[in-house]
Amino acid sequence: MIEVKNLTKHYGPITAVRDVSFNVAPGEIVGFLGPNGAGKTTTMRILACFMPASGGSARVAGYDVFRESMDVRRRIGYLPENVPLYPDLPVAAYLEFVAEVKGVGRSERKRRVAEAMERCLITDVQSRLIGKLSKGYRQRVGLAQAIINDPHVLILDEPTIGLDPKQITEIRSLIKSLAGEHTVILSTHILPEVSMLCAGVIIINKGVIVAQGPIETLVEQFFPTARVQVEIAGPPAAVREGMRRIPGVLEVRAEAQEDGRSTYVVESARGRDVRAEIFQLAAQQRWELRELKRVGMTLEEVFIRIVAGEDAAEAEETAETAEAPAP
Amino acid sequence: MRIWPIFKKEMRLYFTSPIAWVILTIFTLITGYFFYSIFAFFTLASMQSMMNPAMARELNVTDSVLRPLFSNISVILLLLMPLVTMRLFAEERRSGTIELLLTYPVRDGAVLIGKYLAALAVYGVMLAATLVYPALVLYFARVEWGVLLTGYLGLLLMGATFLAVGVFASSLTENQIVASITTFGVLLIFWVIGWSADYVGGVVGRVLTHVSLLEHFDSFAKGVLDTKDVVYYLDFTIVALFLTLRSLEARRWKG
Ligand SMILES: Nc1ncnc2c1ncn2[C@@H]1O[C@H](COP(=O)(O)OP(=O)(O)O)[C@@H](O)[C@H]1O
Ligand SMILES: [Mg+2]
Repeated sequence: MIEVKNLTKHYGPITAVRDVSFNVAPGEIVGFLGPNGAGKTTTMRILACFMPASGGSARVAGYDVFRESMDVRRRIGYLPENVPLYPDLPVAAYLEFVAEVKGVGRSERKRRVAEAMERCLITDVQSRLIGKLSKGYRQRVGLAQAIINDPHVLILDEPTIGLDPKQITEIRSLIKSLAGEHTVILSTHILPEVSMLCAGVIIINKGVIVAQGPIETLVEQFFPTARVQVEIAGPPAAVREGMRRIPGVLEVRAEAQEDGRSTYVVESARGRDVRAEIFQLAAQQRWELRELKRVGMTLEEVFIRIVAGEDAAEAEETAETAEAPAP
Repeated sequence: MRIWPIFKKEMRLYFTSPIAWVILTIFTLITGYFFYSIFAFFTLASMQSMMNPAMARELNVTDSVLRPLFSNISVILLLLMPLVTMRLFAEERRSGTIELLLTYPVRDGAVLIGKYLAALAVYGVMLAATLVYPALVLYFARVEWGVLLTGYLGLLLMGATFLAVGVFASSLTENQIVASITTFGVLLIFWVIGWSADYVGGVVGRVLTHVSLLEHFDSFAKGVLDTKDVVYYLDFTIVALFLTLRSLEARRWKG
């Protein structure tokens, strides 16, 4: 539904996005994740036909965003970052305007506007001026204008930014409810958001895509181990040694210590559950076992690992060039 | 071309915010004041002329009332028209709404024409308000219909040109004040440019006279309808609108 190939965008001397390629399949909801300034907004603006790319190509809903821009625009709903709306228009009048501009026929318009307001839970504020609404309500009006033409693809740029926690939860569940009918790409710099809403993720950093795929695959790829957290009262050296000897265990780390009890993190090969062996070991040695649980690897850790890895590689590179002897 | 929804939206924004009302009010007050002074002076002069038949021959409604009224209105327009157009693109850019507007399935040209026509409609309302004055004159004296018609046609064409320049200036910036001052500056330059024509002389002088916004209006106010003048204003308008379109396109690349 979205095919991006070698997309590049320069702003004068700044390269905001470099050689970005990814695909989003129909019906998928994909997170476009990256820290601030990574190039998310730039990419989405290109996909939404707001600005042309400097190089590469992008197809949305089967049409080229540059050469067949009108065909693309008819089939998308776009919500820009910071949700720009007209403060002086009432909600319903604004949505009617959007519906008309988006080519919703006269006979259908009223119904579509009513439906969109219902979906986004803004029917009760329909005659209020947009400028008088809270940020959360404005966000919903923004989503309503995006879905009003029943688009194939929804492009949402940081849809929860600047909202309070309650509003964030509401907007997320709203987006989730929209996901069934539309292909959605949403950008965010908040990790839990991606895990909560999306099946797939595209991670971008400094204008370059650093990882993409289903979240579980990424976690596996970047964390090929399983983790168990253990709290045991016993001689630390013996405990560590005993656990290390369990087959499949790759690493044992002591985390925290207080009055004879220690917390350890045991890493083992993925797919290998070492909890039973640890329990038996503790029973045999008569160590007091306080806690034994598996710790999941989160996308957050994947993200930190990827982004930190990138930064480290880059630092090395600059260090190398700095070390090069001056001519 | 989906011009109509854009036009409707702009009209709604004009009249839900105070701007159109304020401009209309001020315009009507000032033109009303000018009309009153001109007409009062004319009445006084007519009364005196009853005692002095030589003077009466010089006196007619067209030259003493309509022509000064039209040229006064044209000066007021120079000051007020930049305020009518300043919002059109600058505010959309400042608030970011342009990002949505220009990603809807409408061509930039349709957006431009919709906005331009809305400004023109506001101007139409302004002009319509001034029709009261010729109507009052009609009540007291005979008016040459030809002069009235060409005068209003001239005002319409000149105003349309002012608005096109204003729309262009508005597309260049996200600051409404900058847009209106730029518009005013450009209009003023093209207004006074003909003044220097007299002492420059020669070909340059003729060119300066030809590009002057004021010179072309003068013949309309005199009741002379010359296609040269009509074409001048239309050309000016089309060039300004075309430049606006290019500016919209150029700003897309910059993001
Ligand atoms: N209009 C612009 N002109 C110049 N530089 C820009 C412009 N928009 C974005 N940038 C730069 O491009 C980079 C990517 O920005 P952006 O796409 O907004 O990132 P994100 O949305 O991920 O925070 C940043 O370094 C930003 O400073
Ligand atoms: Mg952004």
